[in-house]
Amino acid sequence: MSTMTREETEALIAEVLEVYPDKAKKDRTKHLAANDVSVEQSKKCITSNRKSLPGVMTIRGCAYAGSKGVVWGPIKDMIHISHGPVGCGQYSRAGRRNYYVGTTGVDTFGTMNFTSDFQEKDIVFGGDKKLAKLIEEIEQLFPLHKGISVQSECPIGLIGDDIESVSKKAAAAIDKPVVPVRCEGFRGVSQSLGHHIANDAIRDWVLDKRDGQPYESTPYDVAIIGDYNIGGDAWATRILLEEMGLRVVAQWSGDGTLAEMMNTPKVKLNLLHCYRSMNYISRHMEEKYGIPYLEYNFFGPTKIIESCRKIAAFFDDTVKEKTEAMIARYQVMMDEIIAKYKPRLQGKKVMLYVGGLRPRHVIGAYEDLGMEVIGTGYEFAHNDDYDRTIKEMGDATLLYDDVTGFELEEFVKRLKPDMVGSGIKEKYIFQKMGIPLRQMHSWDYSGPYHGYDGFAIFARDMDIALSNPTFKNLTPPWKKVAEEEVKKAA
Amino acid sequence: MAKLRQCAIYGKGGIGKSTTTQNLVAALAESGKKVMIVGCDPKADSTRLILHSKAQTTVMHLAAEAGSVEDLELEDVLSVGFGGVKCVESGGPEPGVGCAGRGVITAINFLEEEGAYDEDLDFVFYDVLGDVVCGGFAMPIRENKAQEIYIVCSGEMMAMYAANNISKGIVKYANSGGVRLAGLICNSRNTDREDELIMALAARLGTTMIHFVPRDNAVQHAEIRRMTVIEYDPKHKQADEYRQLASKIVNNTNFVIPTPIEMEELEELLMEFGIMEAEDESVVGKTAAELAA
Repeated sequence: MSTMTREETEALIAEVLEVYPDKAKKDRTKHLAANDVSVEQSKKCITSNRKSLPGVMTIRGCAYAGSKGVVWGPIKDMIHISHGPVGCGQYSRAGRRNYYVGTTGVDTFGTMNFTSDFQEKDIVFGGDKKLAKLIEEIEQLFPLHKGISVQSECPIGLIGDDIESVSKKAAAAIDKPVVPVRCEGFRGVSQSLGHHIANDAIRDWVLDKRDGQPYESTPYDVAIIGDYNIGGDAWATRILLEEMGLRVVAQWSGDGTLAEMMNTPKVKLNLLHCYRSMNYISRHMEEKYGIPYLEYNFFGPTKIIESCRKIAAFFDDTVKEKTEAMIARYQVMMDEIIAKYKPRLQGKKVMLYVGGLRPRHVIGAYEDLGMEVIGTGYEFAHNDDYDRTIKEMGDATLLYDDVTGFELEEFVKRLKPDMVGSGIKEKYIFQKMGIPLRQMHSWDYSGPYHGYDGFAIFARDMDIALSNPTFKNLTPPWKKVAEEEVKKAA
Repeated sequence: MAKLRQCAIYGKGGIGKSTTTQNLVAALAESGKKVMIVGCDPKADSTRLILHSKAQTTVMHLAAEAGSVEDLELEDVLSVGFGGVKCVESGGPEPGVGCAGRGVITAINFLEEEGAYDEDLDFVFYDVLGDVVCGGFAMPIRENKAQEIYIVCSGEMMAMYAANNISKGIVKYANSGGVRLAGLICNSRNTDREDELIMALAARLGTTMIHFVPRDNAVQHAEIRRMTVIEYDPKHKQADEYRQLASKIVNNTNFVIPTPIEMEELEELLMEFGIMEAEDESVVGKTAAELAA
């Protein structure tokens, strides 16, 4: 149940936008909406995937971030070259907690930064030769790598380096895949185009490499698509799928390998978690290989059970039986968690502002704990994301797309949620306002939050944040004195 | 000491910018002026007639060898040729790779930081690649660089289009900085009524044709020997033409914000001089077969 009526939510939006100049107001109005559960298509109420206005303090990233940071970066046995000046690679190095197994620098390279470190002369004379040399040196120094991706930084697109031809030549020379990715940061309006470009590079340079090769398959082969193993999410997911009797052939791309990607066209079903960043490759596999994909949600027992049954329905009775047995087995644990935390969290209100899938996927987990999500929004969603969000959110709740710093602060001030779920850029702003914030990109260095194991940690973390006594003691002593004087005077 | 005058020479590719610039500079040097040429073209052919060399080693190539421009000294890149003229080539990549525009920016910044524009100089001439295709090639006319622009052109249609386009570029920078159009130099191609045509164009652009350089084979004879006419055959009448151009530039005070004209106006001008025929709108988009029918 939302606490606000449609009229109240719409009035709130209008009030917050009041301070904007007309042009900005007109643009931002389209990105803010009171949720309407009766519409099928979100385009009737909200606009998304448009260029951010200058000056609004958007927290969006760029195409390079979408490709290198999200899609390609976690492929652990490949070396991802940040091609261009040093900063893009250096300051995104190990930025996301994509857990992986292996020995860094020997057979896995997830937290390392490889860059062509462009200098002035490389801009003027082109970086093709340097790239070729770099690949040669990588092959000598890190012979156990399984392949290389070339992640283009902005200058590559400006000076027109021919990374495709360098990649082709180098791939032949080292007899391993070398994948050029044209993810220059200035392309598109957010990191979203980078996801798409990265998906296309996988399609064009990786996916069909084992077509026609013998493969020992089972009727239960599935791939996890769009799980980045933040805090071990993919591992917590994998446990459930295996207990259901499925064989997880590939994980994309958290703790993933190049070989897993190449084997994915052999699976029976693709399980798609982050729709936004990997729907492209899932659709491609459906069209080219006839592999259906199924969107699932492993946050909180309600959605886990719903998703597991949906997945099991695709397979035979043994899987269905194992799934029911698994659900029953974990129900005890779930009941205990809910019995412990729900009384403490019941009725607490949350506002979310995150990236790809979490603004809608975690709603169920909060609801399992008796909490309510009263506002949500995405950094870089498209309208198909909002189509899926409308049904998850209560009627007349607040939706905000590519929200500005000002708007989010104002919305939080007016709606007074008990906590905010967002990222590092928002964390300290809201905490200083006295509102607990949990980072919903990195799980605040905790996790996993996926699966049954993840729900236990999720529930504990939300309780830690909400029950933290710090926030009641935020008023500094000099203000307390002032308050007391006011009381005395009154 | 007179104030240093910085001039940039623009014009359509192949119009004779480098040849005209070097002959002009040689004439200035002959008259005792201290001059520097900065070649802003990856081809690096802006100083060969002064230095008698094939192509001067460029700032960017030296920088690439040394690691970065910070590793270079001014004397590494500066050569002195005929009449004490100082020569620098910015240099840049082979066609089809890298970013030549960035090369120009880097080289000019380097020259400034290293103090190449010393107080003894009277003139600096920037000889810039034909088309101002990006910000790099506009570097010489940005703030604190060239204040006077000379456009080399001829009575050919494309050369005049280019002159008008360059004027548009100057307007952009004239409004934010001090750059001004200083005149058109007509490098004759022996077309009909060429001088009148360029004078008419200059008038429309708000400037003058500062000099009409007639066509003469002496220029080519000198060029084969990698020399300017001034040096190769100082008594030749063509050498006097460049001397006249030089003295006109020394005495030039007519610096304007140009008034580039619309395409229609330019076409009318070309039609008036019989360079272009009136367009027959009825044939636009028709194939040969359709026209025959």
